[in-house]
Amino acid sequence: MDSLLTLLPMLVKMAIVVGVLLLLPLPLTWMERKIAAHIQQRPGPMRVGWHGLLQPLADALKLLTKEDHIPADADRRLFAMAPVVALVPPFLVFTAIPFGTPVQLFGQEVTLMISDMNVGLLFILAVSGIGVFGTILAGWSSNSKYAVLGSLRSIAQMISYEIPMGFSVIGVVMLAQSMNLSQIVAAQEGLWNIVLQPIGFFVFFVAGLAEAQRIPFDLPEAEGDLGAGYHTEYSGIRFSLFMLAEYLVVVMLAALNVLLFFGGWNGAPPFVPEPVWFLLKVGFFVWVFMWFRFTFPRYRYDQLMTIGWKVLLPLSLLNILVSGLWML
Amino acid sequence: MEQAFFLLLAAVAVTAALLVVLARNPIHSALALVACLVQIAALYVLLGAPFLAVIQIFVYVGAVMVLFLFVIMMLDVRKEAQVRFLRGPLLPGLVVLAVLAGEMIALLLHSTRLHAVMGPGQPVLEQPSVADLSLLLFQEYLLPFEVASVILLVALIGAVVLAREDGASAAKAARKEPRGAAR
Repeated sequence: MDSLLTLLPMLVKMAIVVGVLLLLPLPLTWMERKIAAHIQQRPGPMRVGWHGLLQPLADALKLLTKEDHIPADADRRLFAMAPVVALVPPFLVFTAIPFGTPVQLFGQEVTLMISDMNVGLLFILAVSGIGVFGTILAGWSSNSKYAVLGSLRSIAQMISYEIPMGFSVIGVVMLAQSMNLSQIVAAQEGLWNIVLQPIGFFVFFVAGLAEAQRIPFDLPEAEGDLGAGYHTEYSGIRFSLFMLAEYLVVVMLAALNVLLFFGGWNGAPPFVPEPVWFLLKVGFFVWVFMWFRFTFPRYRYDQLMTIGWKVLLPLSLLNILVSGLWML
Repeated sequence: MEQAFFLLLAAVAVTAALLVVLARNPIHSALALVACLVQIAALYVLLGAPFLAVIQIFVYVGAVMVLFLFVIMMLDVRKEAQVRFLRGPLLPGLVVLAVLAGEMIALLLHSTRLHAVMGPGQPVLEQPSVADLSLLLFQEYLLPFEVASVILLVALIGAVVLAREDGASAAKAARKEPRGAAR
């Protein structure tokens, strides 16, 4: 009974996080299509509901009722596994993301995160690195040229950009003297890290775009040259799981940008609760990611590698050096 | 509770490890290895070493295994998939297996040194911090740490040299090609 009482808040938090994350892509797809439309000076979806607000529901229903097609020569088990494997890491990451300082609820102190790990930041980087397995499995098991090419590209890209991404947060860790995300946020109470770590932010942001495989780094699913990349052969519900995973990665990266460089829930205006302020900032970064998508052209593959190894990696190392000297 | 978790994780790890060897398809083997490494990371968490667990996932699962898969996908997998791991008579393999297993069991049952390391009553720090670990690494164990870094650097340079030689000879072969065609 006693253990149940301690478990209950945890279970409630998990249920809320999972529920919100599962529903989040619905408004996000609408947002993405509307932003795209307005950037291109057209109205976008308008027919289903007010200003197309119910369009995502219609799309979801369409995807759910479509034929579930598996190619003849595919590795059927891996083909079925791949979307799930792609979906697990983004959900797992949110166990370590804090949404605010602990609050008092029913006379108990409730932390606004599922697990307060002392290696939280490292955990997030490690788990988001596993996300590439879904892409690899999807590409390989489809037994299709385009899918394999897409997943080969995505492997090379993920490996190359994980390194500058990991290095770029070392400056933040040095400033906060901790890898615990709530402590990193607490350390930014006076001054946000963006002021002290502009290079770190730049490297992290660009590497994050590449890790999420968003334009301008969406080579793995470049529709111009690869069909649709690693999920060329997927349809219906399995395809929508990949979509879900991609949106969750975007939200996760936005949250990380806010937590590491933009003070987390610090600096909330009066009468705005901390979690709401934090989520507003996250929303802003999600919007930036979408804005980028319809503003920049896609890089060529060699340019992608050059940016990763010859620009971002030296920059991130330089950032560590400068941070170290400054802290001395 | 902890023992139940340990048994679960260990069982899955051993099953996955067996699959690595027994699976016919190299991709399946590599994925089984991924599962095995994740289980071992979970074991580290049980042992109270979350940092080690996360590093295990970061380096082995996130980087090393992804590169393994990259290489396997570049090879002609469909042909390789037909070759079994143990060809021919199984007897020599089984003998080696029995000898190794005997050694391990003897070590576990009789070695005093091993028991001195594993002995009970060693208090585990509640939440060993990353700072403690780094202080130990850069003060007490500085020399082994630096030696390991140098060895890794040597391996890296070696790999670059090997790749370059390969590239040069390939370029030479490519240059020879048109002359041969002209003849």
